[in-house]
Amino acid sequence: MVAPGPQANSSSSHTGAPGAPLITGPATGLAGRQRTERPVIEFQNVWKTYQSAEPVYALRGVSIKIYAGEYLSIIGPSGSGKSTFMHILGCLDTPTSGRYLLAGSDVSKMDEEALAEVRNRRIGFVFQQFHLLPSLSAWRNVELPLLYAGVGRQERRARAMSALEQVGLANRSSHHPNQLSGGQQQRVAVARALVTEPDVVLADEPTGNLDSHASADVLSMFADMHKAGRTVVLITHENDVAAAAERIMRFRDGKFVDAEETAA
Amino acid sequence: MSFFETVRSGLEAIATHRMRSGLTVLGILIGIAAVILTVGLGEGATASVNSAINSLGTNLLIVTPGSSSTGLVRGGAGSADTLTYANAQDLANKKDCPDIAGVAPQVSAFATLVAGSQNWTTTVYGSTTQWLSVRGRSIAEGSWFTPSQMSHAGNVVVLGQTTAQELGLTFNPIGQTVNIDNVPFTVIGVLNSSGSSSSAQNQDDLAVVPLTTAEEVTGSTTVSTIYLQAKSQSTLDAADQEATNLLLQLHGITNPTEADFTITSESSLVSTATSVDRTLTVLLGGIAAISLLVGGIGVMNIMLVSVTERVREIGLRKALGATPGVIRRQFLIEASTLGLAGGLAGAALGIIGAEVIPHFISNKISISGFATVGAVIVAVAIGIIFGVYPASRAARLAPIEALRSE
Repeated sequence: MVAPGPQANSSSSHTGAPGAPLITGPATGLAGRQRTERPVIEFQNVWKTYQSAEPVYALRGVSIKIYAGEYLSIIGPSGSGKSTFMHILGCLDTPTSGRYLLAGSDVSKMDEEALAEVRNRRIGFVFQQFHLLPSLSAWRNVELPLLYAGVGRQERRARAMSALEQVGLANRSSHHPNQLSGGQQQRVAVARALVTEPDVVLADEPTGNLDSHASADVLSMFADMHKAGRTVVLITHENDVAAAAERIMRFRDGKFVDAEETAA
Repeated sequence: MSFFETVRSGLEAIATHRMRSGLTVLGILIGIAAVILTVGLGEGATASVNSAINSLGTNLLIVTPGSSSTGLVRGGAGSADTLTYANAQDLANKKDCPDIAGVAPQVSAFATLVAGSQNWTTTVYGSTTQWLSVRGRSIAEGSWFTPSQMSHAGNVVVLGQTTAQELGLTFNPIGQTVNIDNVPFTVIGVLNSSGSSSSAQNQDDLAVVPLTTAEEVTGSTTVSTIYLQAKSQSTLDAADQEATNLLLQLHGITNPTEADFTITSESSLVSTATSVDRTLTVLLGGIAAISLLVGGIGVMNIMLVSVTERVREIGLRKALGATPGVIRRQFLIEASTLGLAGGLAGAALGIIGAEVIPHFISNKISISGFATVGAVIVAVAIGIIFGVYPASRAARLAPIEALRSE
């Protein structure tokens, strides 16, 4: 489950980066829940600054804890910095200051090689544009993360097929992406995210390019994942999509503004 | 990711872009084929020069009579009868000429040969037993004349391949009788082909009889040429000097500028031919190397296009856990595979060209296995060298930038 590591419950800890005020992050909205385990994801006062003529503050001291098995949606308008947050959460980018603990280990100071391994083992991505490789069939797309994990050919094939079965596309395993509908392509992408059994499934506007029927389809898959005990983080700008999650965090101007919990 | 999987990924990427990959391979192919053919052309020319040398004999000095002076009238070169068999025997004396390994005096005349119903006119040479080794020839069938046949002026003849054919003596010619100007001679041997067709004179259309026999028939003791063979390439000049000194002394001439004979060295002609040859090979090789370089730049260009075009793919692969090293290896394998394919296809084209082209030009092209394997290795190296920069660019791409690009 979650690896032991330094306990860092205080969300006010910081690394004292220049320009970073010593503010406390917003409450993470866990009222009423008894959590005994450590969070799978913990941001401690994370800042992300882009240097240009005038420095752009994309993240302004983000602190959040996400626990194993949570279904969290992050909602915010475009330009709010939620994409930057998602990139750092997915280890595609590193923070300018602050700490990011993923399953207990500090990924904010990792080098490229180590980040690649973290992305491979711990995170499953679902993108708005699906990002399937057009030259590969469905199951070959699904097996890609296992290829980089060094899993043998036989096992890759078996696990890819079983992941496709979970998303109901076992009979389309040898189809190429251009032979599949948008909804089916996104389901292949979901299978690819699941195939490594990651700590976190990270979905960035997963319904953004889908019609309402296919959207509902994909959202129900996330709900199933959540029921199965997987941690899901869904990023969207649509309220009704966000409402599918058990916890909703609002993002604005580079940080979380409040927290609420739904009954789902 | 295992090496095998990386190779598979690289090959799939090449197969996905067949047209582009094919054009890249074509660039390398032309360069490699050009290099192989150029080297082959150079080696072929060297080989034919060498065979021309060998057809004359190696380390050869040729003594010819100088111009005759009768009063104030100066005859043409070779018109004097100043060289004799006795001169040749003196030149063979090891005490006076230690650097001369072999001496072959020679007389020649046109004569008509008749064998049965066939007749053929050719050059008949009279020479000594050493002619065979000095001229670098060998016997295909039968034997060369013995010292005994030489001293007894036996009526024996050794025929060249062409002469034997023209006289209808291709099957079992030994022991047959050939009439030379109505004098019967017994065929005792047939020479091997000289292997050279580049000389103006066909070295296979001739007949050789003992010099003593020729003297009896013609009643003359002068010879037209004396071939001298030096012991080695390095003693050629010494042999030249010894022969000059001895002949001047024998002919009673004190002023070397009044010599009644001329000694020419075959090697002087050969070195000129070889250096012209080498210049040509270097020139053509340079052009071929430039075309190979252009092919290499083609590989780099295509790989850079490929990186730019596949930015999203690279970003996705990185997001899914491909390390920069894996991405770099994949692109390097793609580049070196293009190089290998171009090299192999170029080598094949070169080998085919070496068979076909000589039918249209007179030059011989000899392909060496060493040059061919070397060219293929160079092609792979070009793929790798020109693939390094595109591959490292792909490896350095930030995954978010790559995924963002539309």
